[in-house]
Amino acid sequence: MNWFYFSSPSTFYGLAGRLAPWFFILAAVLAAFGLYLGLGVAPTDAQQGAVYRVIFIHVPTAWMSMFLYFIMACYCGLTLVFNTRLSAMMARAIAPTGALFTFVALWTGAFWGRPTWGTYWVWDARLTSELVLLFLYFGYMALANAFEDPRRGDRAAALLALIGVVNLPIIYFSVQWWNTLHQGSSVSFKGTSMHVTMLTGMLVMSFAAWMYAIGATLMRVRSVILERERRAQWARNVEAA
Amino acid sequence: MTPATDATAQAEGSFSGGFSWAMARDLRLAWRHPDEAVLTVAFFALVASLFPLGIGAEPQLLARIGPGVIWVGALLAAFLALPGLFAADYADGSLEQMTLSPHPALGWAAGKIAAHWIVSGLPLTLLSPLIGLQYGLAPDTLLVQALSLAIGTPVLSLLGGACAALALGARGGGMLLALLALPLFVPVLIFGAGAAEAQATGLSAAPHLSLLGAALIAALVGLPMAVGTAVRIAVD
Amino acid sequence: MNLYWSSWADFWAMGGHAYFVWMSYGALVVAIVVEILLLRVRRKRALAAIEEERDLEAEN
Repeated sequence: MNWFYFSSPSTFYGLAGRLAPWFFILAAVLAAFGLYLGLGVAPTDAQQGAVYRVIFIHVPTAWMSMFLYFIMACYCGLTLVFNTRLSAMMARAIAPTGALFTFVALWTGAFWGRPTWGTYWVWDARLTSELVLLFLYFGYMALANAFEDPRRGDRAAALLALIGVVNLPIIYFSVQWWNTLHQGSSVSFKGTSMHVTMLTGMLVMSFAAWMYAIGATLMRVRSVILERERRAQWARNVEAA
Repeated sequence: MTPATDATAQAEGSFSGGFSWAMARDLRLAWRHPDEAVLTVAFFALVASLFPLGIGAEPQLLARIGPGVIWVGALLAAFLALPGLFAADYADGSLEQMTLSPHPALGWAAGKIAAHWIVSGLPLTLLSPLIGLQYGLAPDTLLVQALSLAIGTPVLSLLGGACAALALGARGGGMLLALLALPLFVPVLIFGAGAAEAQATGLSAAPHLSLLGAALIAALVGLPMAVGTAVRIAVD
Repeated sequence: MNLYWSSWADFWAMGGHAYFVWMSYGALVVAIVVEILLLRVRRKRALAAIEEERDLEAEN
């Protein structure tokens, strides 16, 4: 199979359109099940009370905020190395979704923190570096759109994203490196101390977030492709569905 | 056999050739027009004066906030010096000429940033003990503060230089540069100010300084190439 | 699997933490709605730009 068939914006446009609905459906189903487990079935935490249930949004969105930046950075790497248009378009398509997840992670963290830590915000390592991540997303989007020539924006923002990647290990390892208020990780490859329904709910919601992110990115990249290729013949024939 | 002529040697290009050429050039230019360097230092001193005027000059408070304020002031001054790194050369086409030179971009990019640091970060570092005295910091804190700036400001020059190159000719000017550079500056600020604060409160500054040192090494290894690439992207 | 809550009232009350829990879940819902709306607007604009290109070409 010619893997490069879909590396052209015109062909990927159609593929993305066919795939996106499936990812949204999958996300909805997983979220329904995850919320059922998390909000309905899982027992209340003995120490924190019911507010711990924010974990079913907070952790998935936080994980996705980092993961999406990483994927965006990979596409940026491809853009710089191979100078492909579609990889730059994918990076641009991911950024807003990544920024939104980061914001929700920060917001839900604040509302979880208020009753448990007594405050909406602290300037500890993890929260600060997650906030920095939000600014990195904004910076990427601002730089990409700051030029008349979109290709220049693609490449400049790509390099910026790669420089910013160093923030990801800082976020991830911050709770190990510093004595922070934010709790350390309860989930690792070696096992977890969480109750099984809580863990399952969290993992299912993480998957739901991932599927949603893919769906949203595919939908957005279709618009990006149309914007960039609007003078191309194939784009003229696109029907406004 | 005739010895290799200057032209032949120059046609090959090298890292050190590009580095020394760019650094010497920028230092010469800065020497002729010292405004930028003087303004950077003046800005630092001014900002550091604003805080006691705004918050109140109670000695204990000043000693408490001193390390952080000094670091923020130095960071802002270093940030404001960034546009001068590439703007003039970009405007008159010298930057494009540099990308066409036989010297690798790594060399002259590193050279420009080194010169920039000598003209911005280094004066800030040297002035910091004086500002620290205004805040009533102890001598050992002053030393650690200066050391943290000595290690940290080159990192800021490297990170800021990359951002300045990326934003050349972009809409949004200084605000865009701030959005790009300041988030990247945050870890450096945290460790730099953290080192001085640790020393001031009697803890060891070594962990902070080591991390700063590691950041400097990583920046020296990775960022000059990024700056060169960013300049290429800007002039292509 | 049994549901943890014994009544809807208990569920909405979330053990006294209703404000914090529902502000969080509400933010997620708002974020998703906003994103999907923005996606639709962006697509509409892109298609409109193509229409314009088509009209410009038809004129020439």
